[in-house]
Amino acid sequence: MALKGLDIFKLIPKTHSNCKECGFPTCMAFSMKVAQGGAEITKCPYVEADVLEKIAESTAPPMKSLAVKLGADEGKIGGETVLFRHEKTFVSKTLYAFTLNASDSDEAIDAAIKQNVSVDYTRIGERMYAEFAHVSSPDGTNLTPLAVKAAALGRGVIVSTRNYDAAKSAVAAIADSKPILNGADKDNFEQFSALATEHGILLGVNAPNLEEMYELVEKLEKLGNKNLVLTVDTGNIKTAYEMVVQIRRTALMGGDRVFGYPTIVNVAGLTGGDPALQSALASLFTVKYGSILLLDKMDYATALPLYGLRQNLFTDPQKPMRQEVGIYPMNKGAENDPCFVTVDFALTYFVVSAELERSGVPLNLLICDAGGYSVLTSWAAGKFSASSIAKFVTEEVESKIKSRTLVLPGKVAVLKGELEAKLPDWKILVGPNEAVALVKYARELVGA
Amino acid sequence: MPFKKPAPKPGAAINEVVLGTGENAVKLGGESVLPFYGFDAEIANTTKIGIEVADVEFEDAVPGIAVLYAGATNAAERVVRAAGVPGVDFVCLRFESADPSGADTSAEDCAAVAKSAFDALAGAKPLVILGSKNNEKDAQIFDKIAAALQGGNVLFVSAKEENYKTVAASAGLAYGQKISPESAVDINLAKQLNVLITQMGVDAKNLVMNVGSAAAGYGFEYVISTIDRIKGAAMSQNDATLSMPIFTPISTETWAVKESTASEADMPDWGSVEDRGVSMEIQTAVAVIASGSNAVMLRHPASIAAVSKLVNALA
Repeated sequence: MALKGLDIFKLIPKTHSNCKECGFPTCMAFSMKVAQGGAEITKCPYVEADVLEKIAESTAPPMKSLAVKLGADEGKIGGETVLFRHEKTFVSKTLYAFTLNASDSDEAIDAAIKQNVSVDYTRIGERMYAEFAHVSSPDGTNLTPLAVKAAALGRGVIVSTRNYDAAKSAVAAIADSKPILNGADKDNFEQFSALATEHGILLGVNAPNLEEMYELVEKLEKLGNKNLVLTVDTGNIKTAYEMVVQIRRTALMGGDRVFGYPTIVNVAGLTGGDPALQSALASLFTVKYGSILLLDKMDYATALPLYGLRQNLFTDPQKPMRQEVGIYPMNKGAENDPCFVTVDFALTYFVVSAELERSGVPLNLLICDAGGYSVLTSWAAGKFSASSIAKFVTEEVESKIKSRTLVLPGKVAVLKGELEAKLPDWKILVGPNEAVALVKYARELVGA
Repeated sequence: MPFKKPAPKPGAAINEVVLGTGENAVKLGGESVLPFYGFDAEIANTTKIGIEVADVEFEDAVPGIAVLYAGATNAAERVVRAAGVPGVDFVCLRFESADPSGADTSAEDCAAVAKSAFDALAGAKPLVILGSKNNEKDAQIFDKIAAALQGGNVLFVSAKEENYKTVAASAGLAYGQKISPESAVDINLAKQLNVLITQMGVDAKNLVMNVGSAAAGYGFEYVISTIDRIKGAAMSQNDATLSMPIFTPISTETWAVKESTASEADMPDWGSVEDRGVSMEIQTAVAVIASGSNAVMLRHPASIAAVSKLVNALA
């Protein structure tokens, strides 16, 4: 349980009473701050090592943040502190895996790999792809060659089996990839835990219900293993949902660190091979608390909405998403086509680009650096001004675009005069106030 | 130490609102816990699914939608087809042609279409009426349609800041229908509209909020957080001015984004347009449902099948 300020105060030696070396006026004030997470206990130079550990543990975040190796990159899972994003922010985005079954033929596996790795694109500055290849062989047959194949795909690997010998061989074969070993259960956990610890990798803990999961985690923690991921693999949608929600709530609301671990949700085990149901479940467990989702497969139909959803959900409410500054030709816009300028707030970009695209008119959309805020907000903050637009146009646009027609967002019509003075070669026009009117406006502009 | 389940106190219940009449009426809301948290307390009503039909044919409909309405010559026939789709709880008739910058169908003609659709449905499913998104015109057509469907217990979507007075006075008060105050992802506006409309005399139990919608990936975090906050205020803080159930008409959003419309010729890697559109509709719907929306509007039969399958599995 979390320590209160008073508990911490009692643990601080009184021999240097109110020495202020921590930067706080009194030991009591410091203790309160530590309890709230506003100061590190290590700021007090006189706390004994064992007490230090006790306090550090009790003031640590309720859910562990664990690093995962994703090919050459590194990712992290867990570390969440809130149940709803508006309370602060979610910190570790849900990661996705496609599944390769060892029972399938080599041809089928190769085809699946080819299809799954083909989904790899960028959306608002973020690479979108399945971060993990999940290799599954419950009885261990053919596990090692499949794991080796998966390790060559330049992403994280999750190895699922309940067979210790197969696990041992597979994990050793791809030790450098630091796979997640998913398969500890009530019968094999000692061996599996030793194997995971030996290779310094995360261990996936499997149990059919919350009670048994809790018991098993306690046993593993007693063995000294705290590099755990809790695998929800029930084959039943309702039980899976309850487990994922309760694990997260127990850790964050109840402050019970036994469930303070990220989760793996075996979505593939719930879909019955139905791609539409996979879409539904992937969305459900992204919104509600899955850390890694094991999917049947990743294709564009699943990916396009899912990665958009994830990108939205895991944005910090205090930091808007930004579209990269630059020139975006629409409808095969070329150097002689008119330019429409707006801000780099991702939502503005999406709405404006969708409408301009719909108009069918060839043109260039200019995205200006406006601090990632909407048109009026950035204008009010002085980040979207005649100077900033003129600077962008002269430095970045004039060398690439021959057209000298620039359309301003209607909401900043006030900038027209100043901009005409700063960009005398340009014809400055004022567009509509709302994006929805852009289709008509653009068509009329070119006389289409 | 054995596992102790967190046992949060159930919150205040969301209002239960009935749409339609007779044995096929549908109940929205009534729950006092988050969606599918049946392990906390019993959930009164499952999430409901409406199917979107327009008064004119959908432009560029994907095959699954085109097939459903093939041969149907008018809105009434389309509404009947829609009502028969498995998983559908109610039918949403959207008056696209009423838009003054489009066909500008008159309020009287809209009312005649609504009446024919309502009669053709013959009570098989409750009806929800959506406007053209032109505030002034919607107030006019809602007035005539509400009069024509009196006694049908029909939901009118939406009453906005700009037209709520007219909509609440006619559809809400004069004709006793249900109305849906719309606030674009703004919890304060949502609250304000509920207060203003109930102050006009409309019973709070006749309101179903439309708190804004977007397609996944398009500023969707605002939708999620607005719903999260509204449900939090209604249930844990007992805020009666926000305890109306929520209806989220997502299909008009999801079928308009690039992911659901870009042709296979333009985007050869992306695969079937229909699969993409269905997946976008499913994922957006499930995300709003998981946050707390009590009902959604969907367009494609495959999306309805999948969302309904998930809702039933979780109930």
